[in-house]
Amino acid sequence: MSIQYKPAVHFNHVNYSAGDTHILKEITGSFPEGKIITLVGPSGAGKTTLLKLCNGLLSPDTGEIYVKDKPIDNIEPVELRRLVGMALQSAPMISGTVYDNLNLPLELQGKKLPEQDALAWLHDVGLEEQLISRNVKDLSGGQRQKVSIARTLVNKPEVLLLDEITSSLDRTSLKEIEELIVKINRKYGTTIIWITHNLQQAMEIGDYTWVMMAGEVIETGESELLVNPANDKVKRFVRGEAG
Amino acid sequence: MSYFTLSLTLIFVLIPLVLSKTFNLGLERDTLVATIRSIIQLLAVGYVLKFVFESDSLIYIFLMVTLMIVAATHNAQKKGAAIRGIVAKVAATLVFVEVLTQSILIGFNITPPTAQYIIPISGMVIGNSMVLSILFLNRFTAEVETHQDQTELILSLGGTPKQAIHRQLIQSIKASMIPTIESQKTVGLVQLPGMMSGQIIAGADPIQAVQFQLLIMFLLLTTAAVTSILLGFLSYPTLFNKRMQLMKS
Repeated sequence: MSIQYKPAVHFNHVNYSAGDTHILKEITGSFPEGKIITLVGPSGAGKTTLLKLCNGLLSPDTGEIYVKDKPIDNIEPVELRRLVGMALQSAPMISGTVYDNLNLPLELQGKKLPEQDALAWLHDVGLEEQLISRNVKDLSGGQRQKVSIARTLVNKPEVLLLDEITSSLDRTSLKEIEELIVKINRKYGTTIIWITHNLQQAMEIGDYTWVMMAGEVIETGESELLVNPANDKVKRFVRGEAG
Repeated sequence: MSYFTLSLTLIFVLIPLVLSKTFNLGLERDTLVATIRSIIQLLAVGYVLKFVFESDSLIYIFLMVTLMIVAATHNAQKKGAAIRGIVAKVAATLVFVEVLTQSILIGFNITPPTAQYIIPISGMVIGNSMVLSILFLNRFTAEVETHQDQTELILSLGGTPKQAIHRQLIQSIKASMIPTIESQKTVGLVQLPGMMSGQIIAGADPIQAVQFQLLIMFLLLTTAAVTSILLGFLSYPTLFNKRMQLMKS
């Protein structure tokens, strides 16, 4: 991929292993700033591990990672995780109300989210204001994902990592989340790195796509690459013959 | 009690042996081993205690308490194998609890600083602290594993390891303390504590036996609280590295 943009996150020969399993192999490449990049590939390709490396939940065995041109090890973990926010696949919630969850990022800093701001975040992610006092146990899957994204946005991250957040959603919720991702990207200029199994989604929403298999980046480029991939393995994957 | 009378108590060993044989429970060997071990261990302890009490030497008291702490540490640390340096953490906890309780007892002149008081009370404190440590470590390792997504959530939002593990830590501390508190609520109603019963059987005044039992129960409350909280705060940092990442066990 010839990138004419400044990288938000850059990987340089990154390797990561867990026990005897070599999960990521020689990953090199950049995620351009202000763009939506989709990560696709079969299960076990190392996509989630790659996301966790971006916000320092994991560290590479070898190689370097740069966030906004700074070596990741030179950024304090707390600062890094606010700069590079992550919405987890299962959208875990703390027990309590939607407000309690939206307030969580500030509570961790010893601050309190004003209710008006919480309502604004709800509005931003397309949720009704009266949900603010609802117990999170009573939310639908789509609502939970939206609260999870809004909660991550409270930290105002410059890079947003999304780990298969639409995998268990119905068609309507899926469309709403897709529109929300594009809106966040356009409104705040947030770089979005999004793992998805939905290739149609990757092509429609993503500006760029990384195709990963067995811990390696097999092909990268503008998301249209999925229409006619150059690599044979990717061709088979797109046709549903791999993974 | 004469040795002949004591030998008659073996009837209580014979009953489970016969039942085990009759119902094919296969527990005869274990029952026999347990019986022989308890006879040898208790007689040995009895003679050792007699010797220590008569000598009333601080060195022997110190050695006995050290032995108790070593044995209790060895037993408790098995449940926390996933936590780095668990032996030192359990040992430090037991030593702290023992020093704290004895300092209060002796410092406030509640009990005299003699082997007769120090050793049995230390046995109860260290034994209780060991059980508490096992309960805490069991629950804490399970909580950390079950709620890994919650821990990652807090870390990914910029929380510190302490914030990320806070809920699991509190749950584990509470869970390990609850049995001590609950058993004290029903004491005297459901069960008569062993120490108090022993004193009464030995001919002590029941009121005096109750007073000592109350002392022990309050002591065990402190033991429960201090053990679980101290062990908790010593254990959780080892689950994370310098980059505030949750380390895999």
